[in-house]
Amino acid sequence: MEVVDIVPPELKDNVIVTSVDALFKWARGNSIWPLSSGLACCSIEMMCSAAARFDLARFGYEVFRSCPRQSDLLIVAGTLTWKMTPPLIRLYEEMPEPKYVIAMGNCNIGGGPFSDSYSVVKGLDQILPVDIYLPGCPPRPEALIDAMLKLKKKIQHPEVARRAE
Amino acid sequence: MHNGILYLVTQDIREALLPIAGSEIIVNLTIMALGIALMFGLVTGSALIFTLLERKVCAFIQVRIGPNRVGPGGTLQSLADMLKLMSKEDIVPQGIDMWLWVLSPALIFVPSALIYAMFPFDDGVIFADVNIGLFLILAITSQSVLPFLMGGYASNSKYAMIGGMRTVAQMLAYEVPMVFALMGVVMLTGSLKMSAIVEAQTDVWFVVLQPLAFLIFMVAALVESNRPPFNIVEGESEIIAGPFTEYTGMRWALFFLAEFANLLSISIMTTTLFLGGWHGPEFLPGMVWFAIKVMIMVLVYQWIGWTFPRLRIDHMLTFGWKVLLPIALVNVLLTGIGIYVFNWL
Repeated sequence: MEVVDIVPPELKDNVIVTSVDALFKWARGNSIWPLSSGLACCSIEMMCSAAARFDLARFGYEVFRSCPRQSDLLIVAGTLTWKMTPPLIRLYEEMPEPKYVIAMGNCNIGGGPFSDSYSVVKGLDQILPVDIYLPGCPPRPEALIDAMLKLKKKIQHPEVARRAE
Repeated sequence: MHNGILYLVTQDIREALLPIAGSEIIVNLTIMALGIALMFGLVTGSALIFTLLERKVCAFIQVRIGPNRVGPGGTLQSLADMLKLMSKEDIVPQGIDMWLWVLSPALIFVPSALIYAMFPFDDGVIFADVNIGLFLILAITSQSVLPFLMGGYASNSKYAMIGGMRTVAQMLAYEVPMVFALMGVVMLTGSLKMSAIVEAQTDVWFVVLQPLAFLIFMVAALVESNRPPFNIVEGESEIIAGPFTEYTGMRWALFFLAEFANLLSISIMTTTLFLGGWHGPEFLPGMVWFAIKVMIMVLVYQWIGWTFPRLRIDHMLTFGWKVLLPIALVNVLLTGIGIYVFNWL
């Protein structure tokens, strides 16, 4: 839900509201602070993407906060088991709005190589609203950076995501 | 007697205002208000710039590029971060002490901004040149412990509480060696007045006469301002974000900005007390020398911060009480002997 959507129809032409909205969209898209929440091997690639060779910092996304209260993006990096689900949901709920989720790796898309296991969640979208699906086992750091740039596109142009529905 | 360029400019403004305002008091008040507004803008503006500088310096040291996409060369990165933090949801946890919780991020800026009154920026340019200037600075900086403890206590969270108590332990432990290190400077000057301390460094900077005190002061200043490698206040692997654990959005950003305002103030203190303040060769005005030295000290503190790994809390406290404090006391003794010998010669 954007600020534009909750403006009453008789005030729709209010330029200031839409401009502030565009400013905040620009700011949110350029300052996505991820929660450092690595679950399994995908998190190694997540760490690598912030290191010297790939340098996530170029886009301003390198501020990995360890506290969910100050982060914007939950990168679920690695295999999610049912046992880990309650803490993960709690972390997600502790994050302030607006918040985004990237399902990183095949395990979070449909269970991946563990799709016949009793303990693995068959897809992150069963428990959390997912913004970006990032396939790969594990996805390379470039792929993660691309996913975050796709997320930026989605934040700054929400109509793209709405059309896909 | 004063010939600093900033002082002369202020005098020009004063003379230009006098016919308009009519009375001396109104002119003085106007100059004061202008100065305070300028100072406040400088502190908050430099805090914003230093967040970007910190990320760039960190990237340089880690062989990375750092922010370079948002705006020309990444210059708008901290602006985007601030706007985003402003637009975030403001979460107020259950069971908190509301007054302390709300006051803590606001109060943390008070000591950081207040001590700028005692800094000599140029020859004759100082807001309050009181005769106990250094004492007042130390007294005000030690108040910055309180907002951390308030925030930690009020958050109703174990991590925040432990983080707040850690801050108190850390800041109080390093306050003592810092004061004893600065005693050497005061002994050489014979005055607590900040302008007198700078005046005494006309020929020789105190970094030459007091090398030991300079090193102790650098370590203690890093601890006092919670800069890395002493930022155990928010040691991520131990206590999440310390006293700031429950703060979101703009409230947390105030803590964040205060840290960078403190970085500026410890750099100014190092420059004023040990590196000769606004003194420098004649071809540049004193204010420019002051700015150059302060910026070099900011870079040196960031360099130290990103080069050394974070210390453990018990190692740090042991180092403060058992190593730095005795060395600082020995420094006082050596300075005393040195002054005696110098007078006797």
